[in-house]
Amino acid sequence: MKTFPIGGVHPSDNKKWSKAKAIEVMELPDVVNIPLAQHIGAPATALVKKGDMVKVGEKIAEATGFMSANIHAPVSGTVTAVDLQPNGQGLRQMMVTIKREGDEWAEGIDLSADLVKECNLSAAEIIARIKEAGIVGMGGATFPTHVKLSIPDGKKAEILIINGVECEPYLTSDYRTMLERGEELLVGTSILMKAVSVDKAVIGVENNKPDAIKHLRELAKGYNGIEVKALKTMYPQGGEKQLIAAVTGREVPAPPALPIDVGAVVCNASTAVAVYEAVQKNKPLVQRVVTVTGKSIKDTKNLLTRFGTPVSALIEKCGGLPEGDNRVLNGGPMMGRPMSNLQSPVMKGCSGITILSGAEALRGEPSACIKCAKCVEACPMGLEPYLLAKQSKKKAWEAMEQNDIVSCIECGCCQFTCPANLPLLDYVRLGKQTVMGIIRARNAKK
Amino acid sequence: MNTLLFTIATLCVIGVVAAIILYIVAQKFKVEEDPRIDDVEKMLPGANCGGCGFPGCRGLACALVEQEDISSLYCSVGGADCMKAVADYLGKAAPVKEAQVATVRCGGSCEKRPRTSTYAGTKSCAIASATYVGETNCAYGCLGYGDCVEACAFDAIHINPETGLAEVDADKCTACGACVKACPKGVIELRKKWPKNRAIYVSCVSKDKGAVTMKACKAGCIGCGKCSKVCEFGAITIENNLAFIDSTKCRLCRKCVAECPTGAIKMIGLAPLPPKEKPETKTETK
Repeated sequence: MKTFPIGGVHPSDNKKWSKAKAIEVMELPDVVNIPLAQHIGAPATALVKKGDMVKVGEKIAEATGFMSANIHAPVSGTVTAVDLQPNGQGLRQMMVTIKREGDEWAEGIDLSADLVKECNLSAAEIIARIKEAGIVGMGGATFPTHVKLSIPDGKKAEILIINGVECEPYLTSDYRTMLERGEELLVGTSILMKAVSVDKAVIGVENNKPDAIKHLRELAKGYNGIEVKALKTMYPQGGEKQLIAAVTGREVPAPPALPIDVGAVVCNASTAVAVYEAVQKNKPLVQRVVTVTGKSIKDTKNLLTRFGTPVSALIEKCGGLPEGDNRVLNGGPMMGRPMSNLQSPVMKGCSGITILSGAEALRGEPSACIKCAKCVEACPMGLEPYLLAKQSKKKAWEAMEQNDIVSCIECGCCQFTCPANLPLLDYVRLGKQTVMGIIRARNAKK
Repeated sequence: MNTLLFTIATLCVIGVVAAIILYIVAQKFKVEEDPRIDDVEKMLPGANCGGCGFPGCRGLACALVEQEDISSLYCSVGGADCMKAVADYLGKAAPVKEAQVATVRCGGSCEKRPRTSTYAGTKSCAIASATYVGETNCAYGCLGYGDCVEACAFDAIHINPETGLAEVDADKCTACGACVKACPKGVIELRKKWPKNRAIYVSCVSKDKGAVTMKACKAGCIGCGKCSKVCEFGAITIENNLAFIDSTKCRLCRKCVAECPTGAIKMIGLAPLPPKEKPETKTETK
């Protein structure tokens, strides 16, 4: 069984807390806040203003340029504000506030549960529908899908990889989606294959989800060119480059090279389901499955949640926050971002809310680096985290750039594996942000 | 014995040959440097803080000697006396710049600005501000992890453990601007230095709307504009829900201080204005 060749760690997967819970539909919130920047790239431009009535699935914000995504109303009701609101990290962000009235969907959206397999659209039409539906990578990176599928001239896709790895501990939203919506996932995959005109697709699933592998293999028999590949469990296999290496054995060169340079297009499993809904049912992206989990959570759940629902409502639904210290993460424990504002909304990239409690919520006391090089061994990008952290501390940005900091995927393996509890990722991330800023400024000058 | 003599002789010969080579090379590649640069460098404080924009004091000394017009060069550490001495020595017109002092524009102490979360990450303002808003709901104020303290070469800025805010020791501050650059929130500003370290400034940089600011911090500027109306010198402007006192126009009349409803305008080294009848009745009738 294959995995990616360098680095990686083995955190205990902790998926047992929520893996057996079937997807439940979360109640509609009374008020939703919908950020205009839910994706990588330029924030969308609002199309609505205070006082407007909207229906579910109506476009409320339009993509600003190519590298952006449309945003649709997740509930029906009245727009009460388009203003700055604090996001999960408390930072101010433009959001559209909608007061919900009923649940009225916009016309032309097929809400039935019937499976539609036939798709007679051309590649360009499929991509146009995906763009219109505002679909972004739902694994957490929120890269606009239509950008990924629009293959630049002179390059050719050879293989489509569907990311069903979900290597992040605790989270089970993709897992449940694969189990419960396997057919839709496979139809979505065939549509994506058509969109990038490849005849081969691989669904990569880690071997800690044997039932999902079995289920998808069973279903995949009815589809041409789709193979389900079991991968050896290893974090961060869900990283795009790691997954490509694990599935095809090809290495994506350092940025600015992209996966398409080695002929691969990678989409998340939930994204494939969203693509199915957008293309076959004309349903824009207005909801997603969010895992609410944690060792001390009374009733962990996988909730089909409309965007804009406050995180606190989800936690309340699962029995509330435990007593004492809690760390609420938007995402899983490895890559999730800690949240200070629980009133903030669920967004397109929010695959889970992980709540770490008590001792788990705290960090260990850092001690001195003993140069054991465990972090070097663990880094899946072949970087030297101890060195980068030191350079970041000394503000040696040029040296960091030379040491390829832009390749860092911020997976957190270095910090996870450090026996001295050093905050390596804190410094590396700061360095990466600063260096990226310097590079952007330099490119802008040119 | 022979071996010993032979060794000593060899070493001597090598030494002499090397010395000759070194002398020839030194003469051939001699760099003619203006001797005044050394003298000017000696006149400068020698802190190598980088506040002038050059990598160190020698960098500034080179520029001072080489440039015809030195009005754009200034060493805030040495101050006016130092610049005058240098200018006299070089026979150029001395650059003039008003004395400045770093000012921390945040009054969100622990009691005024309630903590809403606990930060467990690395105690660094740059890292914390890249991660999230900070331990309070104010997205603009001082984080108190001391990046400015680390940046200060003159031991002039410290975190007050009681308030959790950075405080400047105006006597030690040389206005080199290292803390201004180090602060990721842009809380620190270089302002005009008054005699006896007197100062009046808006101790807040929050651009949030009044209601939001008030919720997050009791000492924040809510942008009500009362201060700008009362100012007779046109020193106060309101932009993005935030008042700003131009320290070059302010005359320390203290009227704005009495007017501010949240106490965001801070006054240092000045006695409060004796309560006048007029403004008080004004606020009451409002």
